[in-house]
Amino acid sequence: MSITVIYTILSLSALGVAAAIILYFVAQKFKVIEDPRIDEVEGMLPGANCGGCGFPGCRGFAEAMVKADDISNLNCPVSDATGMTAIATYLGHTANITEPQVAVVRCNGTCEFRPKVNHYDGAGSCAISAALYSGDTGCSYGCLGEGDCVAVCKFDAMYMDPVTGLPVIIEENCVACGACVKACPKDIIELRNVGKKSRRIFVSCVNKDKGGVAKKSCEVACIGCSKCFNVCPFEAITMANNLAYIDYNKCKLCRKCVEVCPTNAIHEINFPPRKPANVADITGGAKAEEKNA
Amino acid sequence: MLKTFKKGGVHPAENKLSAHAPIVTAELPKVAIIPMGQHIGAPASPLVQKGDEVKVGQLIAQSSGFVSANIHASVSGKVLKIDNAMDASGFSRQAVHITVDGDEWIDIIDRSPEIVKEIKATPEEIIKKVQEAGIVGLGGATFPSHIKLSVPPGKKAEVLLINGVECEPYLTADHRLMLEKGEEVLIGTKLLMMALGVTKAYVGIENNKPDAIGHLRDIAAAYDGIDIVPLKVKYPQGGEKQLIKAVINREVPSGALPIDVGAVVHNVGTAFAVYEAVQKNKPLFERVVTVTGKSVKNPSNFLVRIGTPTSQLIEAAGGVPEDTGKIVSGGPMMGKALKSLDVPIAKGSSGVLLFQDAEAGRRPVEPCIRCGKCVSVCPMGLEPYLLMTYSDKKMWEEAEHERTMDCIECGSCMYTCPADRPLLDYIRLGKSTVGNIIRTRKQ
Repeated sequence: MSITVIYTILSLSALGVAAAIILYFVAQKFKVIEDPRIDEVEGMLPGANCGGCGFPGCRGFAEAMVKADDISNLNCPVSDATGMTAIATYLGHTANITEPQVAVVRCNGTCEFRPKVNHYDGAGSCAISAALYSGDTGCSYGCLGEGDCVAVCKFDAMYMDPVTGLPVIIEENCVACGACVKACPKDIIELRNVGKKSRRIFVSCVNKDKGGVAKKSCEVACIGCSKCFNVCPFEAITMANNLAYIDYNKCKLCRKCVEVCPTNAIHEINFPPRKPANVADITGGAKAEEKNA
Repeated sequence: MLKTFKKGGVHPAENKLSAHAPIVTAELPKVAIIPMGQHIGAPASPLVQKGDEVKVGQLIAQSSGFVSANIHASVSGKVLKIDNAMDASGFSRQAVHITVDGDEWIDIIDRSPEIVKEIKATPEEIIKKVQEAGIVGLGGATFPSHIKLSVPPGKKAEVLLINGVECEPYLTADHRLMLEKGEEVLIGTKLLMMALGVTKAYVGIENNKPDAIGHLRDIAAAYDGIDIVPLKVKYPQGGEKQLIKAVINREVPSGALPIDVGAVVHNVGTAFAVYEAVQKNKPLFERVVTVTGKSVKNPSNFLVRIGTPTSQLIEAAGGVPEDTGKIVSGGPMMGKALKSLDVPIAKGSSGVLLFQDAEAGRRPVEPCIRCGKCVSVCPMGLEPYLLMTYSDKKMWEEAEHERTMDCIECGSCMYTCPADRPLLDYIRLGKSTVGNIIRTRKQ
């Protein structure tokens, strides 16, 4: 072996040792100490990265959970109660268990109930349509039907019904991340508590026009008649801007409001069928049930 | 060689069908619906109540902010109600409904046909009268004119440009106004020059209106400092920045206003309204509207009271043809499809265009083939295909960086796109979102 080769090996080794020493000290100097619990918590999260918690992805949420002294306002909508309890216990907090929620579409203005008065042929986006004009029906509050909500749903929990022209929520898949709520330019979609046995009652309309105007543009619009407000024994219903709203925390699911609504604007979901005598009154409710089944 | 602007531009078929139809005074409506938001900025606040008797020219709604304008009754009669009504914006907004009874004008309006040439008003009085008369940019942008006349401190107006370009196909309202009211338009120009303190004014007119150019040239000989400039026919030459570039070869920088290069631009319709307001004490309550379309029986130009329903004008022009597919308020390039024919004529309504079914609908959208046509026609030097993608993908920072706010919404990109992509739809979405982001940042 010639002397050149030996020199080469020696000099390279010396360089390597010198570099290793420098790197060791640099690594010590700039060491980032990360709480190992962040990785653990991230592992316990569903990994959906949906942003429903308000943080950029599950890691962002895990960091916030670990750093926070009080986790009562932090909630992952995708995790169930067991998951959140596990994380809280791991971090030495008591879990803040929120009622599970689900998205509901507060518009029942199907092609049948809410006839189109013009034809929209612009770009296929609700945001664009909503900025352009008040929509292709007489109702300026209702669903525009271009499916921005379906496009943002990461859980395959929504689809556009080609017959009704409205979005439909698949309850089993919905994790209540709220992406569709934010995407809807008409604020039609709302997150509501799943409720006992998944039973829910809500006003499926957001039309703030006066009764006559609303009724003219859509057969199933809330006309603000206050009948439900008067019949509700639990003060769960509030009237504002010609529109009724049911507070899901107060509602005891008695269904009295559904019976009195003259336009079938109040929907009941996942209730067993009523006694035959009342069938005529509940067409609106029955339709909603079919849709959500 | 004729002057024009350099960057981009398109030349759609002109179709000036109503160019030879003299201005006809339209009949009074039965009920006038006068929207409170006829201008850019805050809607005016109504001063009248249900049941009040009003006369033509009476102030019925007051300007409610810095960028806002007064609104006057265009008819005489009784206020039927103050209620929301669908207007040309496509939304239902507040409007004063007046049941028409006779045609009684307020006393101070000079209704004589004589042209008042002698200017008595001082610059301050002119600006005050323009503001009181509720004059807004009648080219379609409806920006309150008095704001453009009040030059901010530190800036100086050097030249006034009068926009007689009317680059939108089909529309002929400004063309007829220049032919029939040329003298008044030039007196209005003189008034605007006085208000701004400038000695030079140019009236830019596209070369497809040789009669208007000739007519105004003859009259302008008697007016010092007013030049008539013929321009090459190219859309969107009526855009403020394009007109400045074409006529005086100055470029308004990105984000700046025309006044930053010493120019102020007003439409010929605005100049006429200024003449009427200052010399005749007549507030802005009527305007010239073109009603046209290939199948329309009599394409016409009407002098219309604000608040007249569109349907009445279409009736007067021969009714809605059977093959109508879309009815547009404004021109074919920048106009907006009407949601209903009950929509009233407002200060910004320059035309009503009835498209045939075959030419109205949009064709199916194809993928972008990267031909670059949208880039080459954009008069602002933007890249529309890129701005559309940024809007679609919600990449707002990038859209702002690529100057999406500079877009003047002329629609040249969409007109030229061989793949029929809804470029402008998405760019508008980007503009409004980025605009909101910028406003939030400033706060």
